[in-house]
Amino acid sequence: MIRDITIGQYVPGDSLLHKADPRTKIILTFIMMIFIFLISTYWGYLLLTLFTAITVISSNIPVKFVLKGLKPVLFIVIFAGIINIFTIKGTEIWSWGFLSITYEGINVAIKMAIRLFLLIITASLLTYTTTPIALTDAIEKLLGPLKRIKVPVHEIAMMMTIALRFIPTLLDETDKIIKAQSSRGADFDSGNMIERAKSFIPVLIPLFISAFRRADELATAMEARCYRGSEGRTRMKQLRFSGSDAVVTVITVAFMTWVLLMEYVLF
Amino acid sequence: MSNNMFEIENVSFSYKSYGEVNIDIPALEHVSTTIEKGDFVVILGRNGSGKSTFARLLNALLTPVEGKVIVLGKNTADENNLWDIRSTAGMVFQNPDNQIIATTVEEDVAFGPENLGIEPSKIRIRVDEALQTVGIADYKKSAPHMLSGGQKQRVAIAGILAMKPECIILDEATSMLDPIGRKEVINVLKKLNKEEGITIIHITHHMDEAAIANRLIIIDNGGVVLDGTPKEVFSNVDTVKNLRLDVPQVTELTYRLKDYGINVDKLPLTVEEAFEILKEI
Repeated sequence: MIRDITIGQYVPGDSLLHKADPRTKIILTFIMMIFIFLISTYWGYLLLTLFTAITVISSNIPVKFVLKGLKPVLFIVIFAGIINIFTIKGTEIWSWGFLSITYEGINVAIKMAIRLFLLIITASLLTYTTTPIALTDAIEKLLGPLKRIKVPVHEIAMMMTIALRFIPTLLDETDKIIKAQSSRGADFDSGNMIERAKSFIPVLIPLFISAFRRADELATAMEARCYRGSEGRTRMKQLRFSGSDAVVTVITVAFMTWVLLMEYVLF
Repeated sequence: MSNNMFEIENVSFSYKSYGEVNIDIPALEHVSTTIEKGDFVVILGRNGSGKSTFARLLNALLTPVEGKVIVLGKNTADENNLWDIRSTAGMVFQNPDNQIIATTVEEDVAFGPENLGIEPSKIRIRVDEALQTVGIADYKKSAPHMLSGGQKQRVAIAGILAMKPECIILDEATSMLDPIGRKEVINVLKKLNKEEGITIIHITHHMDEAAIANRLIIIDNGGVVLDGTPKEVFSNVDTVKNLRLDVPQVTELTYRLKDYGINVDKLPLTVEEAFEILKEI
């Protein structure tokens, strides 16, 4: 049950996007997110949507999976849309009492919805095609320059790795503790919100104690294996840029330039 | 250079003041011994006898309060020797879950050599070799939590092997495993000792594991009580029993036969030996 939770939602595959270096993917994702906000015509959005659709299909990720990921933001989009439709002033199409719908309002609401959906799909494409551990490595590399201003980049990456490693272990443990406490008569399912939250205290306390004990033992084990921070440390897996990165970058940049030209020069 | 892996000279250790309570519990008192290269040593002792402390002194996780520990000519008290000593004498701990650091098996095995600053391509070779040796090469891309206890401990052993150690210390590494897992680990240890000549120091509660050692040390109350081959040590059935430890079942059976007038002059450690001895009578 509780074990089914997956973090990062990585979908294994062998596509061009899967093969690309995580650093390339992170940078391109960021540029793409900024780019989405630079576009303001329906033509631009149509092209962007097509591009995103082609990317999703070419990376062999089930479309259903991607659409499912949009569900949580649906509420925000509808809510923001309603506010936009009724509050933005402009040419009135329909009005009743103090409520009025304007042409501009509808316009903004639709564009906002498209933007949000595209943003979510772009961001989740990154996690769908990259393993959490590759992401961590890439973040460590990309933030590398910050070491100069004393940001503990290596330590942050190590913490992320250990957190990822222990998520399944701690989930297992939570499961066990819940069962152990239930067998002693603990009730987790009745009462109001506050009562339920309170009933989890007998689960959290043993979980925390055990987590601290694990941390202590893990630290000793790391020391025994000569861990002394980033100083003098090498990595077995080296991140390397390859042909896939060149292809992915060229296609994305070419597309963006083309759309920008259409947006600002032709229209 | 001498043939000694460890030279322990008059070592004492005590745990001092936990938090605000100022206590001074001696864990080891005036222990002196040497351990030879290539030996297979099992250390027995009940809980709190000081055997874990002894193990931790060997790879400089702890340093003695008194006396000194020399690992291949290097004193553990000298901070400059720390990393050399720890890569020479690797340590496997009790809980398999709490010593695996990375999210895949091969990355975890690479952790040690990465810390030593070895070239990436060489780490790859070492990792593959180590996984092959302990017999889990097929699982190298797996997540650690998908493995059984015995497999996890073998990953931990591989992680140490990848550092090319001279000695592996196992601190109750089999105590949380099922019989099959224990067997897997013990077989790997035997193989490493025989084929690669790696010194093994194995701390355990299981008497049948003690029987396979070349040398058996019993620690009690912070000192070495018995020391010798398993045969020599287990022939002192009464002394061992008084220390609240067991002797292997066959040894005890044969020993008790004396009470019934069947006189056996030597005591067996394995079922085969017992069979031979009893056949002669």
